[in-house]
Amino acid sequence: MNEVVGVESLVKRFGPTVALDGVSFEVGPGELFGVVGPDGGGKTTLFRILVSLLVPDSGRGTVLGLDVVRDFRTLRQRVGYMAGRFSLYPDLSVEENLTFFASVFGTTVAREYEQIRPIYSQLEPFKDRRAAALSGGMKQKLALCCALVHRPDILLLDEPTTGVDAVSRREFWDLLGSMKRGGLTTVVSTPYMDEATRCDRIALMHRGKLLGVDTPAGISAGFGRPLVAVHASDRYKALLALRAYEHAHSVYPFGEVMHYTDGRLDMPGDRIASDVEAFLNGRGFRDVAAAPLTPTVEDTFIARTASIPEPRTPNPGKNA
Amino acid sequence: MTSLRGLLRKEFFHIRRDKRTAAVLIALPVVQVMLFGYAIRTDVDHVRLAVVDPAPDADTISLRNRFTGSGVFRTIAVVPRIADLDPLFQSGAAQQAIVFDGRFGEDLHRGVSPKLLVITDATEPNTGSLLQSYAQAVVNQWAATGAGGLSGAGGASGGAKSISIVPQVRTRFNPTRESKNLFVPGLMAFVLTIISSLMTAISLTREKETGTMEALLVSPLRPWEIIVGKVTPYLVIGFVSVVAVLVEALLLFRVPLRGNVLLLLFEGALYILVSLSLGILISARTSSQRVAMMFALLGTMLPNILLSGFIFPLESMPTALQVVSYAVPGRWFVTIARGIMLKGIGLEYVWRETLFLAAMAAVLLAASVRSFKERLE
Amino acid sequence: MTNLAIEASALTRTFGAFTAVDHISFDVTAGEVFGFLGANGAGKTTAIRMLIGLLHPSSGSARVAGYDVVRQTEQVKRSIGYMSQRFSLYEDLTPRENIRLYGGIYGLTRQQIRERTARMLDRLGFSGVGDTPVSSLPLGWRQKLAFSVALVHQPRIVFLDEPTSGVDPITRRQFWELIYEAASNGTTVLVTTHYMDEAEYCDRVSIMVAGRIAAMGTPAALKGGAGVESIDELFVRLARPGGAGEASGASGASEGSRTRGAGLVGPADGEQQ
Repeated sequence: MNEVVGVESLVKRFGPTVALDGVSFEVGPGELFGVVGPDGGGKTTLFRILVSLLVPDSGRGTVLGLDVVRDFRTLRQRVGYMAGRFSLYPDLSVEENLTFFASVFGTTVAREYEQIRPIYSQLEPFKDRRAAALSGGMKQKLALCCALVHRPDILLLDEPTTGVDAVSRREFWDLLGSMKRGGLTTVVSTPYMDEATRCDRIALMHRGKLLGVDTPAGISAGFGRPLVAVHASDRYKALLALRAYEHAHSVYPFGEVMHYTDGRLDMPGDRIASDVEAFLNGRGFRDVAAAPLTPTVEDTFIARTASIPEPRTPNPGKNA
Repeated sequence: MTSLRGLLRKEFFHIRRDKRTAAVLIALPVVQVMLFGYAIRTDVDHVRLAVVDPAPDADTISLRNRFTGSGVFRTIAVVPRIADLDPLFQSGAAQQAIVFDGRFGEDLHRGVSPKLLVITDATEPNTGSLLQSYAQAVVNQWAATGAGGLSGAGGASGGAKSISIVPQVRTRFNPTRESKNLFVPGLMAFVLTIISSLMTAISLTREKETGTMEALLVSPLRPWEIIVGKVTPYLVIGFVSVVAVLVEALLLFRVPLRGNVLLLLFEGALYILVSLSLGILISARTSSQRVAMMFALLGTMLPNILLSGFIFPLESMPTALQVVSYAVPGRWFVTIARGIMLKGIGLEYVWRETLFLAAMAAVLLAASVRSFKERLE
Repeated sequence: MTNLAIEASALTRTFGAFTAVDHISFDVTAGEVFGFLGANGAGKTTAIRMLIGLLHPSSGSARVAGYDVVRQTEQVKRSIGYMSQRFSLYEDLTPRENIRLYGGIYGLTRQQIRERTARMLDRLGFSGVGDTPVSSLPLGWRQKLAFSVALVHQPRIVFLDEPTSGVDPITRRQFWELIYEAASNGTTVLVTTHYMDEAEYCDRVSIMVAGRIAAMGTPAALKGGAGVESIDELFVRLARPGGAGEASGASGASEGSRTRGAGLVGPADGEQQ
C-alpha cells in the first residue's frame, strides 16, 4: 500500500464522449511509468485528473497519498507537472521562465541549481533566448526544468516528446532515466510505442480503457500467439495475397515486412513461417522470406485493439 | 461555375449550422437601432428650473406658471437671490434658472421691456441651446398672448401686446460653449475604459489559450493572487494613461481644469480600477481571447458611447435607459470629470459618484475571484 | 516525354536571413511512393508548399506533372491532390457534402460526383455515416476520408503532409494501405512524416536536415549503407553527426560499422545535396 499513485475505476465524460471508462492502476515509488497510446485515448484527461485540474465523474485517485479531489491544494504544491502542449511563456527568456516558476513555489534557481543541473546545463548557453525561439527539443527540456525546479515529490509529464525530433526524444528519455536513478517517481504519457521500452512498467491506453498494465516485456509476452515477419517483393500485392491465405489471422504492414499471425494456435512459429513462404512462392512472389519474431508492444497493442469495433458516432445526424 | 456554386452552398450550410452567429448577425443590428434611436432623442423635458423672484407679483407668477405649465419645465426651487443659485447649479439640482430683477411687473406696466435673465447650465452644448430656445419660446409665447392677459385687463398697458421681452441668456460653466470642453472629459473616460477592460480581458484568456494557465493552476498560487497579479501592472499603466490623457486635454485641447487635479487623478485611477475589474471578470469566465475581446468591447464601448452622457445627453433619454445608465461606470466618471474640470467642484459634491465607482470595483473584483475557475472545466 | 512526376532542381526558399530550403534537387518517378522525411522545422513543409504552388521559390525550379510550378501554377493545382496536416475537410459538413464540394471545385460533373461518392463511401466502409457531420467521426476515419477526398478528381500526383499524426497504429496502417492502393493505380504519392518507421513503407525516401537533403534512396539501401537497422537510427546519425550520445534507442543499432556525417547515398539515385 505504499503506492505513489493509485487510481481506481476512474470515469470521465465530456458530453456524450467517454474519455475515461473505468481506469485503474498503481505506480510504485521510484518507478518510471509510461501511459502509452494514440491520440484520443484519454491520456491527457487522466493526467489532468491526477494533477487535480479536472474532477472525475466517478472513481478515486490518490497521488502521494493525497486525494486528487479533496486535497488538491496540497497536491498542487508537491507535484511537478508538464502539460500536453508547451505551456511556458513564449515571450519570456529561458532564465525568466525558470525564475518565475521557482518563485511561484517559494524558491530560487540558485538554491535548486544542483537539482536541475543535468538538464539546465544544456539550456544555459541559451538562457537569454526567448522561449518561443527555442527548438522543440529545447522547449521540452526547459519545461522539464521548470517542473523540477521546486523539487516535486513526483513528476507527471503529459506527452513531453510529441512532435519533437527523434534525436531530442532520445535525449529526453536519457534525462528521464538519469532522474529515475535519483529515485524520483515519474509518470509519462506518450503516443510513441517504441518509447514504451524505456519505462519500468507501462499502461496501454485506448479509447479510455486500459488494455494492459505490466512491464514492456510482460506486455509483449501477453501477445498470445506466434508472430512471423514476412518479406516479399511487391509488398502491396503480397499483403493482399497473404490476407486471402486460408490460415491467415492477421496481416499488418510493418515497414519493409509484414507481421503475420496464423489462425492455427497450436502450430509453432517456424512451421508457420515455412508455410507462409511456400504459399507466397506458390503465388509467384520473389524474395520471399519469413521468420518468427518477438512481438513488440506495438504488435500487442494492435492485436488487442483489432477486435474492438469502431465506435458508432455519438450523435448521428445531429450537430450540437 | 459549379465550383462557385458549390462554394456558395457550403457557406450557407455553415451559416445554417452556426445558429449563434446568425442570431448575432440579425439581432445585433435590431438592438443597436433601438438603442441608438432612443438614445439620440434630442428633445428635452422635465427641465429642472430654479426661479429667482425677489418681488413676486401677478406678472412674475403668471410667467412662472407658464413655464411650469408648458410641461417641459419643472420648478425645483424658488429663491430670493441670485447667489442662492450657485449651490443648485453646482449640485446639478438645477439645469436652468430664470431671474426676475424685482422690477418686472413695474417695467411691464410702464411699457418698458422687462428684463428676464435666463441662466442655463450649458455643460452640455446640445442641451444648453435647447434649454435656451425652450425658455425663449415660453417667454415669447407669454408675451404674445398679452403678457398673461392680466395686464391687458384694463387696457392700462394697452400696448402690452407689442412689447417684446428679451431674455438675457448667460451660460454658465461653459461660457464659450465649446463642445470640446464637454466632449473631452467624456472622451477620456471612453478611451480609458476600452483599453483597460480590453487588456485585462485578453490577459487571462491568453494564459488559458497558450496553456500557461495550467501551469499556474498546478502551483501554490491562489486565485486572488493571480487576479491581483494581473490587475496591478495594468493599474499602473492605466494610471500613466490617465495622466497622459489629462495632459493632452489640458495642453492640446485647452480644456479648463478648475478643480483639484489630485482629486481628478484619484478618480481616474479609481475609474481605471473599475474597468480593469470588469475586464478580469470577463476573462475569468471565458476561455477564448476572441470571445473575451468581443464581450469587453461590447460591454464597454456601446454603453460608454450611448449611456455615459458622453455624446448624447442622459436627460433626453427615456427613464428606462437612464436607469440602465446607472450601471455604466462611464456615466459616473463623466459626471465627476466634468464637474471637477469644468465646474471646479470638490469631493463634497461628487462623493456619491465616487462611492458608486468604488463599490463597482469592489463588487467586480469579488465576483472575479469567486468565478475564477480553479479547474479546467 | 518524361516519366517524372516531380522534378526539383536547386529549389531554394529563404525568409529574410533564414534559409528554409537550401538548393534541394530530386526526382520522383510516376507511380512511386516517395517519403519526404525530416524533423519539424527541417524545411519539409516549405518544400511541399513550393511544389504545390502555394509558395514561390526564391531560386531554383521545379516541375510537377510536367508543369512549371511558378509559370503554370494553375495547371499544377489542377493536376494534383493535397491533404494538409490540419484537416482539409469542413467539420460541420457531412462526408457527402464535402465530396460534393471538392468535386465541384475540381469541375466534376454531377454524375461523376455521385458515382465517386458511392464508391468512396463503400470502399471506406462509411456508407452508414455518409450524412453525419465530419466532426462526429473518429480521428482515423477523418484522415482516411480526407485522403479519399484529395483523390476525388483522380489526380496524377497527391501530396500528403503528415497525414498520420497522432492516429492509432491500426488506422495508420489502414491509411498506408490506401496509399499503396492509390500507388498501384498509378498515382504518385509524396508523403511527409516525422514517423521514421513509416519511411519503410516508401519506395524511396529523402531525409531533410536543416533545409538540405542529407540522404536519399531506397530504405534498404540507406540502412545498408550506414549499417543501421532502422531509418530512425539513420536519422539520428544524420541529425547529430559525430554520435548522438548513447545509442541506447529501442531500434537496436548494430555495433561495429558506424558511418559518420551526412551524405549517404542509395545506389539507385545519385541525387543528393
